[in-house]
Amino acid sequence: MGGALRHVFIASLRRRRLATVLSLLAIALGVALGLAVQLIHNAALAEFERGVRILAGEADLQVSGARGGFDDALFLQLAAHPGVAEASPVVEVHAALPGREGSLRVLGVDVFRLAGVQPALLPAADGEAGMLAALAPGRIFLSPAAAAWLALEAGDALAVQSGVHEHTLTVSGSVPAAGAGQVLAVMDIAAAQQLFERIGVLTRVDLRLAEGASPVQLRRELTALLPAGVFVEVPQLALSEAATMSRAYRVNLSMLALIALLTGGFLVFSTQLLAVARRRQEFAFLRALGLPRGMLYRGLLLEGAVLGLAGGVLGALLGHVLAVLALRLVGGDLGAGYFDGMRPALHFDALLTLSFVALGVGAGLAGSWLPARSAATLPAARALRAGDDALLHMRPRWQGVVVCALGALLSAALPPFAGMPLGGYLAVACILATAVLLLPQATRLVMRLPGSPRALLWRLARARSHAAPGQAVVAAVGVLASVALASAMAIMVSSFRTSVDDWLTRMLPADLYVQASPSAASGFLDQDALRRIAALPGVAQVQPIRAEQVRLRSGGAPLTLLAREVGGGWGLPLVAGSLSTGEAELPPAWVSEAVVDVHGLATGALIELPLGGQWHAFRVAGVWRDYARQHGAVVIELETYRAISGDRRANDAALVVHPGVDVAVVATALADAFGENMLRVATPGEIRALSLRIFDRSFVVTYLMEAVAVLIGLCGVATTFAALATARRREFGMLRHLGLTRAQIGRLLALEGALATALGVAGGLLAGGAVAWVLVEVVNRQSFHWSMDISVPFAMLAVFAAALIVLAALAARIAGAQAMRQSAVQAVREDW
Amino acid sequence: MKVGCLRMTAFWRLVLAMLGAAVPVALPAAEPAEGAAYAPVLPGRQLVLPADGGAHDAHRTEWWYVTGWVEDEQRRARGFQITFFRVRTLIGEDNPSRFAPSQLLLAHAALADPAHGRLRHAERAARALPPLAGYADTHTEVWIGDWSLRWDGERYLSRAFGEDFAFELAFRPTVAPLFNGDQGFSQKAADPAHASYYYSRPQLAVDGTVHVAGEELAVSGSGWLDHEWSSAIMPPGAQGWDWLGINLADGGALMAFQMRAEDGHALWAAGTLRASDGVQHRLGADEVRFQPLRYWRSPRTGNRYPVAWRVEIAAAQGRAARVVEVEPLMDDQELDSRRSTGAVYWEGAVRLLEEGREIGRGYLEMTGYGERLRM
Repeated sequence: MGGALRHVFIASLRRRRLATVLSLLAIALGVALGLAVQLIHNAALAEFERGVRILAGEADLQVSGARGGFDDALFLQLAAHPGVAEASPVVEVHAALPGREGSLRVLGVDVFRLAGVQPALLPAADGEAGMLAALAPGRIFLSPAAAAWLALEAGDALAVQSGVHEHTLTVSGSVPAAGAGQVLAVMDIAAAQQLFERIGVLTRVDLRLAEGASPVQLRRELTALLPAGVFVEVPQLALSEAATMSRAYRVNLSMLALIALLTGGFLVFSTQLLAVARRRQEFAFLRALGLPRGMLYRGLLLEGAVLGLAGGVLGALLGHVLAVLALRLVGGDLGAGYFDGMRPALHFDALLTLSFVALGVGAGLAGSWLPARSAATLPAARALRAGDDALLHMRPRWQGVVVCALGALLSAALPPFAGMPLGGYLAVACILATAVLLLPQATRLVMRLPGSPRALLWRLARARSHAAPGQAVVAAVGVLASVALASAMAIMVSSFRTSVDDWLTRMLPADLYVQASPSAASGFLDQDALRRIAALPGVAQVQPIRAEQVRLRSGGAPLTLLAREVGGGWGLPLVAGSLSTGEAELPPAWVSEAVVDVHGLATGALIELPLGGQWHAFRVAGVWRDYARQHGAVVIELETYRAISGDRRANDAALVVHPGVDVAVVATALADAFGENMLRVATPGEIRALSLRIFDRSFVVTYLMEAVAVLIGLCGVATTFAALATARRREFGMLRHLGLTRAQIGRLLALEGALATALGVAGGLLAGGAVAWVLVEVVNRQSFHWSMDISVPFAMLAVFAAALIVLAALAARIAGAQAMRQSAVQAVREDW
Repeated sequence: MKVGCLRMTAFWRLVLAMLGAAVPVALPAAEPAEGAAYAPVLPGRQLVLPADGGAHDAHRTEWWYVTGWVEDEQRRARGFQITFFRVRTLIGEDNPSRFAPSQLLLAHAALADPAHGRLRHAERAARALPPLAGYADTHTEVWIGDWSLRWDGERYLSRAFGEDFAFELAFRPTVAPLFNGDQGFSQKAADPAHASYYYSRPQLAVDGTVHVAGEELAVSGSGWLDHEWSSAIMPPGAQGWDWLGINLADGGALMAFQMRAEDGHALWAAGTLRASDGVQHRLGADEVRFQPLRYWRSPRTGNRYPVAWRVEIAAAQGRAARVVEVEPLMDDQELDSRRSTGAVYWEGAVRLLEEGREIGRGYLEMTGYGERLRM
């Protein structure tokens, strides 16, 4: 393309700065969000993989159970097995750190056995630490990342919590080969067992096979030795497990990014449409001067591509900045809790970055494709005449409507694909397509509605829309799409929030909650601590809650096992079944919805849980809703748990106080009795407020996306009406000749804008409702396995719709103002 | 072993330092007070076998050291060494965990093959954790995984293997045990606080198999077992020691050692000579003298070892003065395990000559010729 043509095409982007900047920003935002999500996730997975490698070292097989571990006598059997060359025992504890946020992953290891299996975990004693520090109790070795996180060096003291007691360890050196991103600490296995009161317990054993041993055969033989809930696996399994666990979350975030990209593409579409309408005569001249049709087409596409490229590059930069900030501020799982104990570092990925830039270019190209095609296919002679808006014609396509509507229904009914709600996303797309395709027909129907015959402007607007529904449709499509997405999000978030709120109320019936440490960490309440709590003045009842993990099958994510009282008013937010324990032959268990989805269990089914190394059968008495544990949770009665496992510890305790007792007084008494940092004490109100605050914070991105979508919809209205106004200068001139004032024409435009927007809003709300239903019932259910009650924020949506219509009317009026500035005579004369 | 072995070094140094014997490193002052808890070594105790062949885990360190010469069916001579160390750490003795590292076990094995030109060796280490690694206190039995040394009532049975060698040998005593020093109370310095309980089993008839260089060889020969335990062995100022254990061709046996100061002069020396008639001569500090004859420098470590010695045994009542010379099976019998254990010493098969005639075969151990290990 020559310099002159480049001037014609590319330079036009500079003439409409605001529109260009907006389109560019929308594309950049989409690219940035999508890229950031991918970058962060790749960094987290890469670091996780490094962690798995460091921990597994040269192990061929790994024996592991759930967090609670297994009897360490098993290690003796495994190590002595003739097929096993080396066996390295590990007891892993997430040590709560009094006075600090978060916990430290402490690996109790046998240094003599590390060298052959996991050499990267070998501790290096600091010169001052003295002899045999790696074996001594009270010594701990920090990985470089852990030392940096805790800001500790050799010789410093580190306080850790075990039960409700604080112990001080001396940092005696480092774990130099642990890698830059792994936050972990190593200490002697016996010292760790003693300190954290896990005598006799291991959490994993890493095995290296003897030469010539068959892994398949060995796995079978070892499996026969293993207690219930303990599995022998290849180390790589942990990796794929982590990838699967976080995939749904990542896909959902990527979908948000895709929506941003789509809106960017739409914005390109509407600005290009405006530009094409304004430049019709310019193009017609160029065509008349001999510019080939293809070159005009390509030139316009190039405009879109340049816009997309600029947006893509900007987005790539922004995406990296976002990723760096997110990794620094919230961590590799974006706060979702999939990748604890890591400090992933970002790595530039040229291919990934390029593909996201390419997506930006694609959005620009897609947005300018229709306008470019219509500009290029318009006969030059017709285009030379001003004011023909043939390019805006649209007809309803019934076949399309039927196909899309059916598609929406069918895909919404699809099961998840590899844990991802692909059918749900497809259904959302189908619903939007159906709504868009239906819009022209809906416009026609609305325009046939009888209106007041005296309202001149109404009749004009209606006639106009009736004669050329395409114009209204173009304006309305953008509004529809953005309103649909915004309202769907609003309904989904509102349903979610209402359900969470309700759930919290039902989950927290007590007056006060006491936690020794977040459930995965090393704090716990033993019998003595529970007795001391019960003896505090004002405490009427102490209900211990034991949280453990169990694994039902090899390769599966662990389930949370909650042992607690269910009857006696403590309750559960059931969605099926009942709380009554009945006279069944098997003890009852209540499973969360995730267990139902993942393990295919329903009320009345039999569930086998590994407790104390044996499988124990339970009858599913009910299904409850759980927003806290995505991988599923099973509640059994505390007495049953204690009778089977002999474990009398508790992670949390729910307290009921005597009537008239101030919970704040009890909370103070608890802090006095156990020390400031040992217990976390909260009222249900505080837990609820905190939970909802976290909830709202995690949906900030969603709110932001809604705002962007609406802004883009409005921009769409503005640009479309600017385009229409340009195309209708002749018409406005005629109306002025017929005696309409400028103000009346302005009102006409506002009315048309309001009418089109109202149509879009109405369609958008309907489509949004449908999309929200899909999000709640399909996407969320399949991604996160939780149900919620749909709660439509009617008032908010009504205000939102009204505001949008008013804003759109205003936007149309302002956009048309330019067209009305010229004199009526000139406008009419344009038609030579 | 692959990656990460280098990192093991520092740790191994600590463990070996703990032994105070295999590597002559004086214990740092960091944990001196704990020494009080170890059982003392006092004169006058009667050693009784087989019970005293077992472990004495109240003491700080203990080792069972079997060395010897074997010949295969083609009469090719090789030296072998298998050693088990036990260390009481005073760590975790109150810890109910089965992994409590209160007793550590270490083992070295080496094969001296002139055809190879240097030692093949391997080592093991573990905390005592029966049945994976442990020891008996009623008779000689100590093991780490597949490595073991065990008294079955008639013979000691041993098993060890590395990446490039393996052996499975049985040792049958043919003569009475040799109680060194004062009936097994062996002083290591003028101060009797530095002493060990120490007996030897010379003239062990060896037979078994050796796997080396892809061959499985039936071998037989003669061996020597040292069993020694103590709580404080290295006197202050000692840089290392030289030790000799020889099965004499006439059915006698000679054990001699000297503790060396940094400048090489002997701080202490002692020995036991059993004549062919079975009469045992205790050699006092002034009755045995070591004189280096020839040095060999290790191309790997640069350490210089006196690989040939003249040993003078003074005349005393009932025995004439003797001058014997020690010649190695091969010069390079340095045990260089810096890559894994950090220990460097010379432990090798030697011949004993008197007036140019071979009168016995056994082992020579020389420690403290490298740089002093830093802690």
